[in-house]
Amino acid sequence: MAETIVLEAARYSPEHHLEPTFQNYEVPFRKDWVVLDALNYIKDKVDGSLTFRWSCRMGVCGSCGMMVNGEPQLTCATFLAPYAPGPVRVEPLRYFPVVRDLVVEITDFMVKLQKVKPWVIRKDEKPLSEGEFLQTPQELDTYKQFSMCINCMLCYAACPVYGLDPMFIGPAAIALAQRYNLDSRDQGSKQRFDILAQHEGIWGCTFVGECTKVCPKNVDPAGAIQQYKLTAAKEWFKSLLVPWGSR
Amino acid sequence: MAKKPIEPFLWALFSVGGVVAAFLIPIHLFLSDLAFPLGWLKAPGYESALALVRHPVSRIYLFVLCSLPLFHWAHRFRYTLYDGLQIKHLNELINVLCYGAAVLGTAVAGYLLWNFP
Amino acid sequence: MRSNELNGTPRHTPYHPKWYRTRVSTYWWLHQWSYLKFVLRELSSIFVAFFVLITLLQIRALSQGPQAYAEFQNWLRKPLLITLNAVSFFFVLFHTLTWFNLAPRALVVRVRGRRVPDTLIAATNYIAWLAISGIVAWLLLGG
Repeated sequence: MAETIVLEAARYSPEHHLEPTFQNYEVPFRKDWVVLDALNYIKDKVDGSLTFRWSCRMGVCGSCGMMVNGEPQLTCATFLAPYAPGPVRVEPLRYFPVVRDLVVEITDFMVKLQKVKPWVIRKDEKPLSEGEFLQTPQELDTYKQFSMCINCMLCYAACPVYGLDPMFIGPAAIALAQRYNLDSRDQGSKQRFDILAQHEGIWGCTFVGECTKVCPKNVDPAGAIQQYKLTAAKEWFKSLLVPWGSR
Repeated sequence: MAKKPIEPFLWALFSVGGVVAAFLIPIHLFLSDLAFPLGWLKAPGYESALALVRHPVSRIYLFVLCSLPLFHWAHRFRYTLYDGLQIKHLNELINVLCYGAAVLGTAVAGYLLWNFP
Repeated sequence: MRSNELNGTPRHTPYHPKWYRTRVSTYWWLHQWSYLKFVLRELSSIFVAFFVLITLLQIRALSQGPQAYAEFQNWLRKPLLITLNAVSFFFVLFHTLTWFNLAPRALVVRVRGRRVPDTLIAATNYIAWLAISGIVAWLLLGG
């Protein structure tokens, strides 16, 4: 008989349960399988009621984030092999409300993401006939790292500050705000300042640094937040010296 | 304009204090509080210590060494208290205690060094 | 399982589902080594403050005359103080190491548009730290 490994999947059904429980599934243990493959095997062959989110299977869409043995992971990029002989515990992303089984409620993040205006803001749009906005490789380099974010929310599941204070805007949203603040084509940093420079913005962060460690795209949200603290502090002293300036 | 937030200023104090602490405290602590009392190295005698501290530059140096790290402490300690113990509702009290202690320590340092014989 | 089953009417409605929310444990910082390391890093500040306290007492003793100063030196030799200061030294060292390793991520240095690698900035910090420590030691040991 082929080798198998046990997956302990969190189950929660709001119609039937007061709190999540674990259900064990024995799945084939294959070297080329990731945790998501095992989940899909269960869904297809064992128990069609197991609920989870996934889409691209290649670490781009950011929808299959779950806790694997207590660590936030993209299940499509997490091989079963290192967890042998098991069991592998799969839970919904930490600090988010659970909708069902492994699916979490993400409206909170979506609202926060929109709040920081993660798009290029121009004071005056120039007509198409004037051509594109040019950017040097150096200018691209200043923000490129932060543009790699896929909104998978693993950083939120790693952040104790978000767990303690759900009002905290959080790692990914701040990193994405910085992605546009640092973009040479963008002129909207003042609009983002008021959202970012409040207590629930950058000042809630204590640089635990876990967000950066779990990021599957090497974005370094923790760095982005500290860099923005420095910017905000500089602005503060600047406005002290020139109190009549607009800011 | 809305009331000026104080957080950027406190964070700046925390950062500068952290730099001062990181660069200077290990060697001072090692020499004055370990190596000298344990007799590993010969401590400066009373007269030379007095002469060293009396110099205006040393006094400014010691004032910086004592005050800024206190604000570094206040910042970290208040966050650790209310995140670590989940007592964010006592936020105001914690802030008053931490920054009050830092201001007090700074005042004491200023008093001692200003009136140094 | 049975005690976990809901009896009677479910507490959700189709358009307002009942989510399950976990509460963060008060001891969250004990659940993960990286969280504990973070809390220890933050608590190193207590020892920073402790050093300041000892230093202020020392300055006071020095300003009160030779006898007070000698008494203070004796007090520092007490096993309790030596132990406290030894623990303190390790925490302060921990602060220095973590500070230098994290600082490059907050303070990005660019030379000709390119970001200077974090390791290079950290290394510069370490070298500066050794140099400064050397100067302080040289001054305190009587030049």
